[in-house]
Amino acid sequence: MEYKYTPADFKSDQEVRWCPGCGDHAILNAVQRALPEIADALDIPHHKFTFVSGIGCSSRFIYYMRTFGFHTIHGRANAVATGIKVANPDLSVWVMTGDGDSLAIGGNHFIHAIRRNVNLNVVLFNNEIYGLTKGQYSPTSKLGKITKTSPYGTVEKPFNPGELVIGARGTFCARSIDMEVMLTKECMVEGAKHEGMSVTEVLQNCVIFNDKTHAMFAGDKATRAENTITLRHGEKMLFGAARNKGLVFENMRLKVVTIGEDGYRLDDVLTHDAHCEDTTLHTMLAAMKWPDYPVALGVIRSVEDAAVYDQKVAAQVEEVRATSRIKCVDDLLRSGETWEI
Amino acid sequence: MNTSNIRTAEDIVIRFSGDSGDGMQLTGTLFSDTSALLGNGISTFPDYPAEIRAPQGTVAGVSGFQVHIGSHRVDNPGDYCDVLVAMNPAALKANRRWLKRGATVILDGDSITEENLRRAGFATTDPVEELGLAEYNVVVPAITSMTREALAETGLDHKSIVKCKNMFALGICFFMFDRPAEHAEHYLTSKFAKKNPAIAEANILAIKAGHNYAANTHQFANTYVAPAELEKGTYRSINGNVATAWGFIAASEKSGRPLFCGSYPITPATVILEELAKHKELGVKTVQAEDEIAGICTSIGAAFAGNLAVTTTSGPGLSLKSEALGLAVMAELPLVVVDVQRGGPSTGLPTKTEQSDLMQALYGRNGECPAVVVAASSPSDCFHYAFTAAKIAMEHMTPVVLLTDGFIANGSEPWRIPSMSDYPTIVPPIVEEAPEGGFMPYARNEKLARGWAFPGKEGLEHRIGGLEKDALRGSISHDPANHQKMVRTRAEKVARTADYIPEQEVFGAEDADLLVVGWGGTRGHLHTAVEQLQREGYSIALAHFNYINPLPRNTEQLLRRYGKVVVCELNEGQFAAYLRQEFEGLHLEQFNKTEGQPFTIVELTEKFSELLK
Repeated sequence: MEYKYTPADFKSDQEVRWCPGCGDHAILNAVQRALPEIADALDIPHHKFTFVSGIGCSSRFIYYMRTFGFHTIHGRANAVATGIKVANPDLSVWVMTGDGDSLAIGGNHFIHAIRRNVNLNVVLFNNEIYGLTKGQYSPTSKLGKITKTSPYGTVEKPFNPGELVIGARGTFCARSIDMEVMLTKECMVEGAKHEGMSVTEVLQNCVIFNDKTHAMFAGDKATRAENTITLRHGEKMLFGAARNKGLVFENMRLKVVTIGEDGYRLDDVLTHDAHCEDTTLHTMLAAMKWPDYPVALGVIRSVEDAAVYDQKVAAQVEEVRATSRIKCVDDLLRSGETWEI
Repeated sequence: MNTSNIRTAEDIVIRFSGDSGDGMQLTGTLFSDTSALLGNGISTFPDYPAEIRAPQGTVAGVSGFQVHIGSHRVDNPGDYCDVLVAMNPAALKANRRWLKRGATVILDGDSITEENLRRAGFATTDPVEELGLAEYNVVVPAITSMTREALAETGLDHKSIVKCKNMFALGICFFMFDRPAEHAEHYLTSKFAKKNPAIAEANILAIKAGHNYAANTHQFANTYVAPAELEKGTYRSINGNVATAWGFIAASEKSGRPLFCGSYPITPATVILEELAKHKELGVKTVQAEDEIAGICTSIGAAFAGNLAVTTTSGPGLSLKSEALGLAVMAELPLVVVDVQRGGPSTGLPTKTEQSDLMQALYGRNGECPAVVVAASSPSDCFHYAFTAAKIAMEHMTPVVLLTDGFIANGSEPWRIPSMSDYPTIVPPIVEEAPEGGFMPYARNEKLARGWAFPGKEGLEHRIGGLEKDALRGSISHDPANHQKMVRTRAEKVARTADYIPEQEVFGAEDADLLVVGWGGTRGHLHTAVEQLQREGYSIALAHFNYINPLPRNTEQLLRRYGKVVVCELNEGQFAAYLRQEFEGLHLEQFNKTEGQPFTIVELTEKFSELLK
């Protein structure tokens, strides 16, 4: 069905209160642009969109959407969203969360929602810092990062969210950059279309407490062209302004090559297969770190899996209902052994 | 059977005990269910260690199941037993203090080995003498070897045969109390029908062998307990956890809201989740969550989405759920949290009963965070209070904590099956469409309940959350006056549920010399003790509370009417402290116990008669 919504249909009357220059503005913009497209593509009317968040700057997101929204407690958005989706699989349920929210305090719910393959769309804002509490290191902060709680630098290694998602056998994993609004939008649309849990990590800039944390590879368009690679299913893994750099697989490793140099031809470059069930290559792509590799963007993994949790729960209810002799509570109370007095 | 030798009794208490792998829970359950089918009044008390297979032969590893059968309604499992079945010396030692004077003791003679005596800590080789049981009717049949003999032809291996010895003991008890074996046989046949029919046959054979043995020797008195004169109707046996699960299913049917339970396994609450997981035919959805927090959070999500949402736990789990419970209070969503209390603090005594989570249920959250608290009093009335808790939650848009405890959760009793037509319809304040002027998420009705407008309803899009809400629009508000107003409104909403609950009743005279006050799962014991003293001519009454927050409207007036009031609870005085806080200047005596065990009638009557002196 054609609903012909516009981004304005998804804007609430609340004043957006993120800091000027915060990457969150761009993500809000991308989501509000994606929803009209998703509504038409998947026949989802406006009142079925439900946004859930935890705690953190990113979690304020839901107040700026004119949809159903639930701003929950720190780390628990994935659990609350699981309950919403299981209770009503008809809804399009979105989780807006951050690196602190989903990878630290809510790490358990995050991996288990992925493991269950609940049909949620998770947008993980990764700014590698705790912003709302004013600048403490997060589980994605780089080793050695100096923050208020690590004045001499952190001594713990960060998570790579993509590796975590794929490690938990997530069926959909994408990555974008806040400034790449159209790519973020594309990931949202693909994630929504995916049956099962979709996780899109958005590399987001916290202009106040962790400015330019992604700038080395994502600072401006020219930098991004040379230092990131946007993956598309069925397309060659090429990048660079001249599209002359590519990824090949050699000695069980990914390798960056330049076409026409060292004997490498276009044919040698890998073709992206996001639908491959095996996680090996997807993990390698998600794990690529600048400066050794370009940072992978786009849909890294999108695998069809019939075992979608909320659908399975609903299907079991229907199966048992069809065959059970218990049709109402009176039947239940009289089931099993009873006697008359 | 020598029928001329049958004596009759009004009450009999039997305790089955052995190693935690000896199948004592099953033996006791089969005996009590058989008796229930005969129409006896029943109350049971499973009492087992926290370990699945505790160290064999040790006193700490003894698992017991006590059943009280009567020719009248029975509302407690009895303090002391008339018959003790002890599968080994440790079981005898552990239960020595629960023997009635002159009780019958059946001890497996094959278990009296040097090794078992040593493990149970006996100093001599004669446990009967050592425990001073000369005046008792001690029978020492060779249960293990007789079982082995009886089952020699079955072709089963040694281990499987010996496992049937509990059924041999059950056969002895069936003879002693003139119970038919049909129910047990039927149970065993259906349980092993697919897995291993030979095992079912062997167990049934063991029951017969035990029965024949008892009939042929003349060591056992044959006692008959007549059926109880109960109200006419259809009955079944039910335990508290199953009754709780069914109460929620009933509330789901009566409200038309699908039932959702997000939960995490925890002793002694797990059976509620297990039971709910069975009943998908009635639309129940269960999520076995990754932890306690996800248990309540998935339920909160389901409540937001329009389901009747419940989560089940015990004390340590309630601690983990407290932050999320605060969210449900703030978001004003209907939710029932069941706390099947056990001994605490921390891991405490997982398989033992206690009432020590009351303060946690009332106050264990950050901020001014009121929730309704109700408590069930017996296995079967868990059904009623689960239903009621769900009704209050949905009609008043508030979280409700339902307190039960290990004793009533695991204990069972006969239950006259109600008809759902006798239960009220539940009418939550569901919003179907936006009123003129727009939908206001925090607009309230006469109960102060806000509207329940779940996602998927056109034109009702709105945002809620844990931040303080504007009193009408529900948007974030940091306004000081608004916060003050919201704190008091949330409290008043909970307080106002008192208009919808019954007044507190008293069992006994309005001018009795002593009022006994209890709450929750101790009712059976308190009622029996008070009734016994009333029969003996004492001026004593009982007020047993189920509605804890808010208290019934007449509570203060009722308590102040009595010259002497004693509050009895299985904690160190939490309800007493709560009553003192609510009603200034109230003088209360206390009787408290935290042994992980229910009250005994004897200790209660002793305490009450002392207070009445």
